[in-house]
Amino acid sequence: MGFISRGFRGRRRDTVSSSRLPPGQYIVTDYPVLSAGPTPRIPLTDWKFVIEGEIDTPKSWTWEEFRKLPTEQVTKDIHCVTKWSKFDTGWTGVSVDTLLEGVETAAEFTVQSSYGGYTTNLPLEDLTGGKAWIVYEFDGEPLHPEHGGPARMLVPHLYFWKSAKWIRAIKLVNQDEPGFWEVNGYNNYGDPWREQRYWGD
Amino acid sequence: MTSLVQETPRVASLVLKMPEWHGHLAGQHVDVRVTAEDGYQAERSYSIASAPEDPQLAITVERLDDGEVSPYLVGEVRAGDKVELRGPIGGYFVWKGGDERPLLLVAGGSGIAPLMAMIRHRAAIGSKTPTRLLYSSRSLEDVIYKAELDRLASADDGLTVAHTLTRKQPDGWAGYSRRIDSAMLAEVVWPKSQAPIVYVCGPTPLVESVATLLVDMGFDPASIKTERFGPTGG
Repeated sequence: MGFISRGFRGRRRDTVSSSRLPPGQYIVTDYPVLSAGPTPRIPLTDWKFVIEGEIDTPKSWTWEEFRKLPTEQVTKDIHCVTKWSKFDTGWTGVSVDTLLEGVETAAEFTVQSSYGGYTTNLPLEDLTGGKAWIVYEFDGEPLHPEHGGPARMLVPHLYFWKSAKWIRAIKLVNQDEPGFWEVNGYNNYGDPWREQRYWGD
Repeated sequence: MTSLVQETPRVASLVLKMPEWHGHLAGQHVDVRVTAEDGYQAERSYSIASAPEDPQLAITVERLDDGEVSPYLVGEVRAGDKVELRGPIGGYFVWKGGDERPLLLVAGGSGIAPLMAMIRHRAAIGSKTPTRLLYSSRSLEDVIYKAELDRLASADDGLTVAHTLTRKQPDGWAGYSRRIDSAMLAEVVWPKSQAPIVYVCGPTPLVESVATLLVDMGFDPASIKTERFGPTGG
């Protein structure tokens, strides 16, 4: 595979950023929107987040309860499977470690589900240890519905489809359950540094 | 590449003879990878515009002035050049035919490409699925596949095409002359009682607006499939 494309020179060769840029990605400064259907609008009074599945007692939070949890501010690079990456995005939210405090589970896998029906799956260890957050502010402003507001997952070490918008629940499961894109041709894990975009990568 | 079809001043289709190709579904895309002499590579995704039944694969590319790959694909590549691509990709924004539900297609600009694959597929299999296309372009010269759409719509097999031109209209223009709004959708779309399946593809603001309007009109959000084309990077 691979041959020279006659006449192609390319443009962006910033060597400083190339060590931060996974293979096949390019940098954007705007914030593209990608989703498979209409944007759900969720009134905060109806919003609820739950941790369910392989757990003795499911945990749930209303918006008011969720906003009383300890918050973190993080700055991360994000990488979309459609090839764009955006550096130094600023988020405010609650660490998944905080949400899982006191939870005992034998489950090794998780499924995120969203208002609107989207799902995506991950090993539990990819959501713990300071690797994942539920965020509700982007660059200091409330997260816009197009980008997943009122609250979305942030799992920045994987392609961004692994960070569900409009998050409603995390289900703890014993067996891996491929989600929406994972059954529609996209990789089950999605590590941008190994360019795991599609089935077979 | 066997030929480059200049569709509009800014848009061209690359027609590709594939040495190995196991077929695709209407609506899927490919990843194109270009490699410079020093090994530098760039990749972008482009929708397939040809029907699965077509003998060659066509991708339709809009030239973005500040883009890195699109000016190369529609300005530099010549017939006989090799193009490296991977695919087909995507299993959701696809239409396979054989679905009895009426089809509503809404396109903005080069977002017509995957919808054109569906329209071509529909014609190729002789489907009579009632189909309506609402297509928003800036001006008449920016309308991609204009002649082919006119021809297919005149076949009287259940396809209707409505155009809106948002910036410039020719004298005597009989179509719409504004951005897609709820009044326009109300005139064009199937009644929700007919439970159409809806595909919307175009720039993010158009897709967001159309999808939201359709949900407000009572359409089932689960029946609305969207694909957003950002003018990003290119």
